Amino acid sequence: MTHDQHFRVWRGDDEKGELVDYPVEVNEGEVVLDIIHRLQATQAQDMAVRWNCKAGKCGSCSVEINGKPRLACMTRMSTFTEDEVITVTPLRTFPVIRDLVTDVSFNYTKAREIPSFAPPEGVEPGEYRMQQVDVERSQEFRKCIECYLCQNTCHVVRDHEENKESFAGPRYLMRIAELDMHPLDSADRQKAAQEEHGLGMCNITKCCTEVCPEHIKITDNALIPLKERVVDRKYDPLVWLGSKIFKRGEV
Amino acid sequence: MSENIEKHEYDVVVIGAGGAGLRAAIEARAQGKRTAIISKSLFGKAHTVMAEGGCAAAMGNVNSNDNWMVHYRDTMRGGKFLNNWRMAELHAKEAPDRVWELETYGALFDRTPDGKISQRNFGGHTYPRLAHVGDRTGLELIRTLQQKIVSLQQEDFKETGDYESNIRVFHECTITELFKADGRIAGAFAYYRSTGQFVRFDAPAVVLATGGVGKSYQVTSNSWEYTGDGHALALRAGATLINMEFLQFHPTGMVWPPSVKGILVTESVRGDGGILKNSDGKRFMFDYIPDVFKEQYATTPEEGDRWYDDPDNNRRPPELLPRDEVARAINSEVKAGRGTPHGGVFLDIASRRSKEEILKRLPSMYHQFKELADVDITAEPMEVGPTCHYVMGGVEVDPDTAMSVVPGLFSAGECSGGMHGSNRLGGNSLSDLLVFGRRAGAGASEYVDGLGGVRPAVLTDDVAQAEKRALLPFSSATEGGENPFVVHQELQKTMNDLVGIIRKADEMELALKALEDIATRTRTVSVEGARVFNPGWHLALDLRNMLLVSLCVARAALERQESRGGHTRDDYPVMDSDWRHVLLVLSALGEDNVELVRKEQLPMRPELFDLFELDELKKYYTGEELGGHRADSAADKGEKA
Repeated sequence: MTHDQHFRVWRGDDEKGELVDYPVEVNEGEVVLDIIHRLQATQAQDMAVRWNCKAGKCGSCSVEINGKPRLACMTRMSTFTEDEVITVTPLRTFPVIRDLVTDVSFNYTKAREIPSFAPPEGVEPGEYRMQQVDVERSQEFRKCIECYLCQNTCHVVRDHEENKESFAGPRYLMRIAELDMHPLDSADRQKAAQEEHGLGMCNITKCCTEVCPEHIKITDNALIPLKERVVDRKYDPLVWLGSKIFKRGEV
Repeated sequence: MSENIEKHEYDVVVIGAGGAGLRAAIEARAQGKRTAIISKSLFGKAHTVMAEGGCAAAMGNVNSNDNWMVHYRDTMRGGKFLNNWRMAELHAKEAPDRVWELETYGALFDRTPDGKISQRNFGGHTYPRLAHVGDRTGLELIRTLQQKIVSLQQEDFKETGDYESNIRVFHECTITELFKADGRIAGAFAYYRSTGQFVRFDAPAVVLATGGVGKSYQVTSNSWEYTGDGHALALRAGATLINMEFLQFHPTGMVWPPSVKGILVTESVRGDGGILKNSDGKRFMFDYIPDVFKEQYATTPEEGDRWYDDPDNNRRPPELLPRDEVARAINSEVKAGRGTPHGGVFLDIASRRSKEEILKRLPSMYHQFKELADVDITAEPMEVGPTCHYVMGGVEVDPDTAMSVVPGLFSAGECSGGMHGSNRLGGNSLSDLLVFGRRAGAGASEYVDGLGGVRPAVLTDDVAQAEKRALLPFSSATEGGENPFVVHQELQKTMNDLVGIIRKADEMELALKALEDIATRTRTVSVEGARVFNPGWHLALDLRNMLLVSLCVARAALERQESRGGHTRDDYPVMDSDWRHVLLVLSALGEDNVELVRKEQLPMRPELFDLFELDELKKYYTGEELGGHRADSAADKGEKA
C-alpha cells in the first residue's frame, strides 16, 4: 500500500533557511527516516541528515517531527494520517550545520567536564566484586544512547542560551548519578553536581524522561535521588560535623 | 592546489572509532604517542553499539573448567581450521585481561551471585563464556572506551591545560586516501563531513579500524558506515586482503517492513519454538536436513515439538540446523516461488506459544519490533530472510603487531582478516576488537619508536592527487554522470543476487561482468549541491570503496571451489581438505581492478596442534598433513595444565 504524503523539511544553514515542501511516496511499514532517504535518492541528493544504525540503538537521527523531539528511525509513518503534513526540523537547542544536522558539540564539552570513574585503590583488574542488585541502578542509566533528545528538550537550555555555561543537562547530570551509584567508584560527586554542573537548575518537570527513547526514568531514578543525596548531606548535622572534623568533605 | 588544506601532525592516526579503534588509541596514548582518532560518525555512535550477545573471554566465572585452550579450540572449530592460528591463540589467551581491564574503566557487566562478571552460553562455545550486559553489550563496550578516552583527556588537561594535547577525536571526518613515501605510510587525506573542507594528517603510523563491508549488500544488519573503507584504503596503499570470500549471513533478518529490513531476529526465537513456513503454509525445514545431520535432527514435526520440553529423548527440530543450512533452505524456497510477498519466508512463533510466554522469553525482540515496525510477534508471523552480517575477510596482518605488508599500516577488528577463519563464533568479535585493538596500538607505537625520529614526508603531488579525486563527483556533474544513490542500489542488488549466501560459478561470473560496468559508472557519478554536509557526495566517495571490496569478494568466492563456513557453493557443496590450507590473497590493480594469488597457510605450531584429538583433525586436514602428527590424546592433558 502506497500513498503520497506532504512532507515539509527544513533546509538551510546557521544563517538562513526555510521549510521546503515535498510531495513524497510513502509505503506501508516505513518510518520517517525511510522517507528522508527517499527524498535524498529521488529529489534532494544533498539533504543533510545524521543517521547510523537505523535500529534505534545509536541515537544519531534525532530531529523534531511536528515539533516533537524524536528519533527519525523510530517514528512510524503509520502513526500519522495520510493527509497529515509532516514537518521535520532540526533540534532547536543546538546550532544548525545544515538542514537536519545540528552541531551537538555542547554535549561533548559537557561530557568532558564530568569527572570520570575513579577506580577503587588497591583493587586489581579481575578482582572487582559487585552484586547484580547494586549495579542495576547505574546500568539503567548506561542504557543511554546519547541521542541528546533530553538535552534538546530541557527547558533550562532549550530557549536559554545563557544557561548553557552552567548547566550540564539531564544526560550529564544522570552521568553523575550513575557514577555516584556505581558500587566501586571512589570519588565524591554530590557537591560538584550542585555547585558546578547545575543540578539545582533542574526543576523536575520530567520533559527529559518523556522524550527518552530508551525509557530511562531520568528524573525519578537519577535526578531526584541525586538531589536528595545532595540535600541530605547539606542539612544532616552529623555529616556537617564529620566534614568539619575530617576536612575532606566526605564521610 | 585549489585550497589551503588544514594540516595536523600525529604519531599515530587511528581510522575508525568503534571498539577496535578506541582500544588502539588508548594503547597508543598509553605508550606516549600523540594520537588522532578519525571517525565518520559522531564519537560514540560506531557500529559496535549493535552487538547484543556479549564478549567471549575464558574467565571461567560460571564454569571453572573453561580456559584459553578450550576457547582456542572452539574458535578454530568455528572457523573450520582456516583461522590464523596465532591470532586465535593470542585472542583466547588475552581476552580475559581485556575484559577485566574494562571494569577499571568503569564498565558494569551483569554479575554472578558471587559478584564476578556473569557469562552466558552461546553457539559454538563449550562453556558459558560471554560477558554481557543484558542484550546491549556492544553499547556498554563503546561507552566504556569512549569514557576512558575522555578520562585520558582530562588527565592531559590537568597537565597541559589542553584536553586534546595527546589524544584528539576528529568526528564526522572521512579518510579518502592514505599517503606513502619510500614505501612507508606517511599520512592520510580526509574531508570534514560538516564543512566539506579537506584536512591532511601527517603521521608515520596509521591503524585501520573501520569495520565491515555490509553496505555492498541490499539486505544487511550493518549501518551506513560499513562501506569497506579500511579494506579499500589498505588495498590502494598496496596492502593485501585475505579470506574475502567468507561473509557471515544470518539466516533470519527481517525482510519486511522496510523500517526493520535487515535487522536480526535472534536465533532464540527458533530455539524457543519458532518455526519456518513458506507461502503455502508448509513447515519446510524437514525437507532440507542434509544426510550428515540426519542422526541429530527430528524427521517429524511431532518429534521436533517434543524436543523443546524433553531434549534428552528427542532430536532437535530442523529449524535449529547450522546457520548456513537454514539460510540455504530459505533461499531455495524463495527461489522456487514459495516466498512471502517481500521475498522471505515466515517465521512463526505467534501460533506456537502464548503471548505471555513470548513476552517472558523474548522481551527485547517483542519491544524492538513493536516499536520500530508495529509488528506484534505474539500475534503475527515475521517475514525473514538471510541478511549480510559480518565479514571474516580483511587486511592481512602480522598476528602479534597487527601490521600489514605496508610498513606503518596496521589493522584491527572486523577490517582485519585471519582471526575468525571461514566463520566467526558469536561473541568473538567484541573480544577480537579489544585484543587486537590493543595490539595494533602497541604495534604502531613500537613501529614509530623504531623510526628513530625520521619520518616519511608526504609528497605534495599526492595531496593534489587526492584532492582532485575527492572532487571528481562535482566535476563530472557537467558530463551528465549518474546519481550515486542509483549506482549504489545497483551494486547492492548485484552482490545480493549473485554473490549472496549461496553461490554458483555462472552467477559470480555474471556479477564480475556487472561490476565492470558498475566500476565505469562509479568513476563518473555526479553530485548536486555544495560540499557542506552533502550525503550525495559522501556516498559517491564511499561507493568506490564498496566497489573495490565487492570485486574482492566476488573474485575470491569464484576461486574457492568448496563450501566452508561463510562461503557456500551450490556447485561445490562439500568442504575439501585440500582447500583448508589455501589463502586467497587480493591486491589492487588501480582503482577498480584486483589481483588474486593463492598462498599457503602456515602450519599450526605443534603444541597447539596437540590440543586437538586426531579424530577431529581428520575431518579438516589431509592425510599428508597429519602424517607427522603423533600425539592424539593430548587434548585432555592440556586442559588440566
